[in-house]
Amino acid sequence: MAADAPPPSTEQHRLPGAEEFTEVQESAEFGELRRSYRSFAFPLTVGFIVWYLLYVLLSNYAGGFMGTKLFGNINVAFVFGVLQFASTFLIAWWYSRHAAAKLDPKAEAIKTRMEGGA
Amino acid sequence: MSPAITHVTLAANEASEHRGLIITLFALFVVATLGITVWAGRQTKDAADFYAGGRQFSAFQNGLAVSGDYMSAASFLGIAGAIALYGYDGFLYSIGFLVAWLVALLLVAEPLRNSGRYTMGDVLAYRMRQRPVRTAAGTSTIVVSIFYLLAQMAGAGVLVSLLLGITSDAGKILIVALVGVLMIVYVSIGGMKGTTWVQMVKAVLLIGGTVLITFLVLLKFNFNISDLLGKAAENSGKGDAFLEPGLQYGADNLTKLDFISLGVALVLGTAGLPHILIRFYTVPSAQAARKSVNWAIGIIGGFYLMTLALGFGAAALISQEEIIASNPSGNTAAPLLALHIGGVDSAWGAILLATISAVAFATILAVVAGLTLASSSSFAHDIYANVIRRGKATEKEEMKAARWATVLIGVVSIALGALARDLNVAGLVALAFAVAASANLPTILYSLFWKRFTTQGALWSIYGGLIVAVGLVLFSPVVSGDPKAMFPDVDFAWFPLKNPGIISIPFGFLMGWLGTVLSKEEPDTKKYAELEVRSLTGTGAH
Repeated sequence: MAADAPPPSTEQHRLPGAEEFTEVQESAEFGELRRSYRSFAFPLTVGFIVWYLLYVLLSNYAGGFMGTKLFGNINVAFVFGVLQFASTFLIAWWYSRHAAAKLDPKAEAIKTRMEGGA
Repeated sequence: MSPAITHVTLAANEASEHRGLIITLFALFVVATLGITVWAGRQTKDAADFYAGGRQFSAFQNGLAVSGDYMSAASFLGIAGAIALYGYDGFLYSIGFLVAWLVALLLVAEPLRNSGRYTMGDVLAYRMRQRPVRTAAGTSTIVVSIFYLLAQMAGAGVLVSLLLGITSDAGKILIVALVGVLMIVYVSIGGMKGTTWVQMVKAVLLIGGTVLITFLVLLKFNFNISDLLGKAAENSGKGDAFLEPGLQYGADNLTKLDFISLGVALVLGTAGLPHILIRFYTVPSAQAARKSVNWAIGIIGGFYLMTLALGFGAAALISQEEIIASNPSGNTAAPLLALHIGGVDSAWGAILLATISAVAFATILAVVAGLTLASSSSFAHDIYANVIRRGKATEKEEMKAARWATVLIGVVSIALGALARDLNVAGLVALAFAVAASANLPTILYSLFWKRFTTQGALWSIYGGLIVAVGLVLFSPVVSGDPKAMFPDVDFAWFPLKNPGIISIPFGFLMGWLGTVLSKEEPDTKKYAELEVRSLTGTGAH
């Protein structure tokens, strides 16, 4: 049970000083981590917000198009809505894969070095 | 018209006849969760236990708890009701509520977990002057949470009066007080550990109940969704328009603008809700925070897809007159559907109705507990410990302050909830989202990603977003000048939109930028280096 686990010990971690943080922030290794994170997360955020707003605007101003029946009683609006769900699941999966492969190892390396004091 | 009315009375009688069963199921939930709370209280020893549940929950456990915190009565009853009455337009809410999680996943959850300890204020004040920024963060946390609380409390009153047949004012106030006392007990004794377990139990019950009703609805239509939609459109009396956008918001250009405003507030609000943000502190690492958001997206997404079956199912199987007679906003469509799908005069129908009603109560109780925890944590940690005591309070004193704050906030929300028992609650939830998106999100994003951001920028953006969002609502048709307003008899509404988001969110961002470029102080670049390195790597976070 989660609550029975021992509390994480904090003593063994060394907290780096202010100079060290500035040094790391300016290092090429950290620059690479930041670029790898921002160049993935920022455009993707703009992308899904535009995609969502497109949906909102079409619902508002393109009633005829959204009401077009595709099969049975399923219309474009319904499919578009379900696609928003699908794209949300897909983006969550895609980001997590990117983070695990590209971000976590770099972050872990910097963290270990800083806390180990090497 | 008259056969429908007879039917309503019948359904209502059925509901009150089986009041005993509803109360028994609900009492079971209360007893079980109180047991969990007492157990969790014994395990709560230090501040990290009280505020963050000891940071030892697994990603899946926290994902469930996040879902429990997020799927409020407004989602369960409100969205199903909106779909039942307005068809497709009700679906639009759930899409906004879900897509919003990507903002939390991509931009907020991991950096917050890495650089904060207990509250949203920890991250906002990281590189700023502590006292003014913590005061601002605490204020907006409490304002957002109280609006959200008010909606849930008022919702509890509405639900109980309809399902248990309690219509007297004294009865409704008693129920609101009962909810208030329970939430004080959950939070002050169980802290984050107890609250998290209550959320998990509630999430499982809610999902279980929803899966059951969805399955029964789909079974009735042989799992043919097209047939279900067709029957809903036909039975609603609105034909194909029921399946297209526009029934609720398509009337004129103003309602269309209101819809855009709502859409923007929903998608940007989630990542600024304090009771959601503090959940990311309950897991051991940023990776676990990411995984818990993924679980939450899966659970919440699945749940919202099922509300489609609930809403359209209610529209297909129950007459519009009956849904409206039971509650003008459709809030009781889901419990009514449970009764109808089981059979109005059968024991099975009564059992289903009782189950879904008990689940709805559990939902309200768990959400108010989460909200109370967020606001009392922020009061104790941001305002008491860091502003009043200037960081000199001991952990014990801080926890004591948090417990007292819980009692205080509980009493305040019982009083407000009793006053608000007959108000239209939908506007309050949307307002909480708009305020969170206007006051909290800009400051969170600037703090994490903008090197030059200053204390003045943070203050202008929090107070600017907060004042404009709350101010516009005050002068909107939600408060006055509309038959459905809080004060329908007076009219001081000069702002035409019900949701302020389209004005107040850009304003919050603008003020953050303006406050920064106009400030005389130099940004603290060393502190930013520390915040940036910590937020991206997790250095120093445990």
